[in-house]
Amino acid sequence: MLYFQLYFEFLRIGLFTFGGGYAMLPIMIRVIAEKRKWVSHSELTDYFALGQIFPGVLAVNTSIFVGIKQKGFLGGLCASLGMITPSLIVIMLVATFFETFVEIEIIRNAFSGVLIAACALIVLAVYKIFRQACLKTGSSVKLTMISLAMFKGAFGAILFGVSPIIVVLITALAGVLFTVFVQNVR
Amino acid sequence: MTLLNIAYEFLKIGLFAVGGGLAVLPFLNQLAYKYDWLTHDELTNMIAISESMPGPLGVNVVTFVGFRAFGIAGGFVATIALITPSVILITLTSRALQNHRDSRLVANVFTLLRPMSVGLIVGAVLPLILTAISLNSEFNPVAISAFVAFVILVFATDKYKPHPLIFIAIGGIFGILFGEYIG
Repeated sequence: MLYFQLYFEFLRIGLFTFGGGYAMLPIMIRVIAEKRKWVSHSELTDYFALGQIFPGVLAVNTSIFVGIKQKGFLGGLCASLGMITPSLIVIMLVATFFETFVEIEIIRNAFSGVLIAACALIVLAVYKIFRQACLKTGSSVKLTMISLAMFKGAFGAILFGVSPIIVVLITALAGVLFTVFVQNVR
Repeated sequence: MTLLNIAYEFLKIGLFAVGGGLAVLPFLNQLAYKYDWLTHDELTNMIAISESMPGPLGVNVVTFVGFRAFGIAGGFVATIALITPSVILITLTSRALQNHRDSRLVANVFTLLRPMSVGLIVGAVLPLILTAISLNSEFNPVAISAFVAFVILVFATDKYKPHPLIFIAIGGIFGILFGEYIG
């Protein structure tokens, strides 16, 4: 049954991927495009790009696109449930024992080292999305300037404790107003 | 904190966190300000654990926070709530979006949203790094040098696409050896 296949393939992708959505693309290409042939390479890259502009987690969004392509709404649901299943099981197991573990000194020490390494990995991930969103905006210098201004504005707002929801809404509104009034497109 | 409360908070995050899993972090920071069952220190630990476990970081950390709030039921409700807006929005728009990908309006809105979400993410990651190198409490040269060394290592080896768990393991060993200096 295709529904089960969608669920279990994405469960396996979730279980064997460390380091977030960007690490997942090569595995998805291998499993979803080459082995299962559910989508083509270029479709998968499209879904990956679209997944980044939709709200929510990139890996989950991409799985929903693939699932919908195969089996509509229910397919998307099965794929995304598969994607979150490993997290639900592994994280809740770890969370259950975490407080006992953290009492032990050697684990606490190991953990402060893990945190430093995890932060270094996050710096790399953030650098990659920064380069993509703020620097590689095409040939237009004006667009790069606007992107950098948006970046700084959002960063400043979050430092001053503005709710991220407000920042998202204002940004989306600015995009609409710019299109309608400056470019006169409706 | 009731399950309904959790569902509401994480539906909001699922609806507004644009830009991948890291984008949920600023929203979780906001939760830690708002509720007393979650502190920023706990959140930092949860992010580090989530990063070293399989699965998408955003899903992992949300499961963790939900579990912290209301046990197993909380973990389930938070995670399902997080993905619900994605499932609905993508189902509704996937066909239309394929046809209107070149629309000026859609392109403009997303052009602005992308750098904005990176700004939000940097705002959320910075406090996390400060905690990791314990700059919140004191100047710690060992932790700072270790962090700089890890960043250089991660960037330098990026083109070989090493498994992230390798760095997590090196970090763990480093912590066991030098834990008393970086704690």
